[in-house]
Amino acid sequence: MKTASPFLELDSVERVELSFNGELLHLPDGSNLAAALLASGVDAFRKTPVSGAPRAPFCMMGACFDCLVEIDGVVQQACMLEVRAGLEIMSPDTTGAFDEPA
Amino acid sequence: MNRRDLLVIGAGPAGMAAAAKAVKLGLTVTVLDEQPRAGGQIYRDVERAAKARGAMLGKDYVYGASLAAEMRESEIEYLSGSIVWAIEDGFRVSYTRDGSGAQIEADRILLATGALERPMPLPGWTLPGVMTAGAGQILLKQSGVLARRAVLVGTGPLLYLIAAQMVRAGTPPLALVETQTRSDFIRATRHLGGALRGWRYLAKGLTMLAAIQRAGVPRFTGATDISVEGQDRAEAVVFTCAGREHRIECDTVFLHHGVVPNVQAARSLDIPHEWRADQACFVPQLDGWGESPVAGVFIAGDGAGIGGAKVAEIAGRLAVLKIAEAAGRLSVKERDQRAAPLRRMIRRELAARPFLDLAYPPFAGALAPVDETIICRCEEVTAGDIRSAAKLGCLGPNQAKSFSRAGMGPCQGRYCGLTVTTLLAGANGQTADQTGYYRIRPPLKPVTLGELAAMSVTEPVGKE
Amino acid sequence: METDYAIIGGGVVGLSVAWGLLKRGLRVTVLDGDDGSFRASRGNFGLVWVQSKGMKQPRYARWSQQSAALWAEFAAELGHNTGLSVPLEQRGGYDLHFSEETLQDTVSKYEVLKEALGGDYPYEVLGHNALRKEEPHIGPKVVGAILHHQDGHANPLKLLQALADDVRRLGGHVLTGKTVTEVTKTDGFQISCSDSTTVSAAKVVLSAGLGAAQLGPKLGFKAPVRPQRGQVLITEKLPKLINRPSLIARQVDEGGIQIGATNEEVGRDDRVTQPGLSGLAAEAIAAYPALAKAQLVRSWGALRVLSPDGLPIYQESAEMPGAYLVTCHSGITLAAAHARLLPDWLEGHQNAPDLEVFSEDRFALS
Repeated sequence: MKTASPFLELDSVERVELSFNGELLHLPDGSNLAAALLASGVDAFRKTPVSGAPRAPFCMMGACFDCLVEIDGVVQQACMLEVRAGLEIMSPDTTGAFDEPA
Repeated sequence: MNRRDLLVIGAGPAGMAAAAKAVKLGLTVTVLDEQPRAGGQIYRDVERAAKARGAMLGKDYVYGASLAAEMRESEIEYLSGSIVWAIEDGFRVSYTRDGSGAQIEADRILLATGALERPMPLPGWTLPGVMTAGAGQILLKQSGVLARRAVLVGTGPLLYLIAAQMVRAGTPPLALVETQTRSDFIRATRHLGGALRGWRYLAKGLTMLAAIQRAGVPRFTGATDISVEGQDRAEAVVFTCAGREHRIECDTVFLHHGVVPNVQAARSLDIPHEWRADQACFVPQLDGWGESPVAGVFIAGDGAGIGGAKVAEIAGRLAVLKIAEAAGRLSVKERDQRAAPLRRMIRRELAARPFLDLAYPPFAGALAPVDETIICRCEEVTAGDIRSAAKLGCLGPNQAKSFSRAGMGPCQGRYCGLTVTTLLAGANGQTADQTGYYRIRPPLKPVTLGELAAMSVTEPVGKE
Repeated sequence: METDYAIIGGGVVGLSVAWGLLKRGLRVTVLDGDDGSFRASRGNFGLVWVQSKGMKQPRYARWSQQSAALWAEFAAELGHNTGLSVPLEQRGGYDLHFSEETLQDTVSKYEVLKEALGGDYPYEVLGHNALRKEEPHIGPKVVGAILHHQDGHANPLKLLQALADDVRRLGGHVLTGKTVTEVTKTDGFQISCSDSTTVSAAKVVLSAGLGAAQLGPKLGFKAPVRPQRGQVLITEKLPKLINRPSLIARQVDEGGIQIGATNEEVGRDDRVTQPGLSGLAAEAIAAYPALAKAQLVRSWGALRVLSPDGLPIYQESAEMPGAYLVTCHSGITLAAAHARLLPDWLEGHQNAPDLEVFSEDRFALS
């Protein structure tokens, strides 16, 4: 999932720790979450519920819904969120298995 | 409930300029915008980014900071991070802010929701690593994030702008794969007279092209049969140019063949739209001030038809003149006097448009993609599925949506609507106007059930 | 005569009847509306449902049972013919209750109906704990449920698509984008459309949903149908959360949770409203609290086609024999009966179902 980043970051901003699918990442505080995940080398944000195909940000402006991630049990657009310390980010669950009640 | 004279939706050039003007004319104004900071997409995050990298992004971008500052310094209720999901009669607008639902009422509404990239369905366009050129720009403007090995695919001035910015930043794109042809240019030259009146745009274009060429970025024009190859992510762009197949390995692909009005909010209000052949998209029916047939609803900026940032800004101010007159803050005479110079400015700004529209037409291969191409990214519906729906009697997108699920996903058809209309029109031998568009309903953006329920004032309504 | 039957209305009701007639070797022409027509077939909830139907008219309960029993074979045949799947689950369905009073009240009504149906009304009452074993996500406010074993749900859009496909495959002529303006009878029927299309047919079936209110009187029907709005919600696709469907919510085969529906007398207004959405969301969360975090991705309002007593109308015109009014609000549940049984009635066969109680004679002259 995480490779050498195909992106270059120009700014050097203080970084904070958060996790994506359990992996710890250090991303620029207050920056756009989708951009920061891409720049850190995250390739696929999720798999589609229809075919299981990998997806990553496409429009970066809140229109396409390809950058969906799950935070605190709510599926939301990474490109509309900002990096905060301690975020636990998951790819949305699309396995179709029976979900255990919390 | 909070009731305002004017509610502006969107804080891009049209929304920012309109809100500032409206306050000066004595109206109470609220601006709802999805982004955390003002600017829209063209001036995304401009007050922060202009400081960090104004030189790389250019003067036209930095200009947006003055609009943002003007709005910030006015007596405007500016609610950033507000996602509008319903607009109802009255007008009652429901939106989400900080994870909870809220409502606001207003006498008049200005929709300044701008443009979207024209959908460019190609084989492989759903792979990670494929993005819109607009997304590439947003990454650069807001986050200072640049693609190291990118190929730009499509057509139009924005492609040159992003390429020039990448050159300035020291990471030039690997190539420009352009779809316009020589004959497009020749057809466009009959509008060169008008274009010369808008010479500033052409001069900018030539300067950008020169910079791209100096950097040694290869350009391919008249490209056809374009696809993106890759297993789990984009690995290469494949295309045909001058009868030869090319394959360029890359990590990132930026697609662009024009922008189109974002019509979701206007459509949800049942505002009639008509097809504009020169821009190959639907535009809302508006009077000379930007008011729609739904009285009290105005539209300004690219959402009213593509004109660019300067036109958006002026059109926002123009709409406010009629709004102020209707609210009793200006006489008809004052309104008309103030409007005249604005209208002249809009005409001048639009002078180069007909030339640009003809010189950089949308890529035919993406308007009517081959059957296997996914056209609805959310539900993974192919062009062939839409053509099959037409064979089963679907005359328009709403029946085709029922049969194919195209447009049923979270993006609400934003990135498949025009393609579905075009495919059905082609298959049924009808015009785009006859074919029509998706019926857009709330929620304009997804909203959690918990948030909705928290807005319930009574026990479950109207249920047996 | 161009065709044996002209079917006015190409929704699930009209296409189900058309399909049944075509299977008998009859020639059928279907006249369908346009993309923007009011279409209950596109907006319904998708239940194949028995419980609570015909509480005052056991024949309606029986008719729904007959159709539900034919559904699986009907769906399988459509699927086989077209290669399209028509998902159907008939593992029972719930009427969820938030109070013991309403639960007991409903049970006593079901007992009366069960008696009238000779005991064929297989339901059981599940208390909260028993229900929780079946539905782990059920909320504490739900005191219990009536589980009716003849209930189920289908994908109504895939049914519509499969019917549209198979009617054509069987040789039916489907004319789309048509608005029927006039129907006259001399030797046979002449049907005229606004675009000057004409069709001549030996018989006519009027299955035009709300359109029957205007066209019906021209054919000698009262056609007392009115719209009733139902707002429906659907969430993002979720992991399996709901086992069996209920009148409040069901998980569709694609993964979304569908939530419904309001009952609103607002004429031909099919818009959704924030209060409508909020009320439905609140009720769904009361039933399944985990839904609070689910994203609503789509909602719609659709217009039910209701007769004064809510039951179907099956009526041959006295003024124009050979013209039939077929209308109901449960086009999905009754699709199998319309496809398999109604053609016998239209053809006047000896083994035709007895539909006398569904005649519009039951309504006083208005």
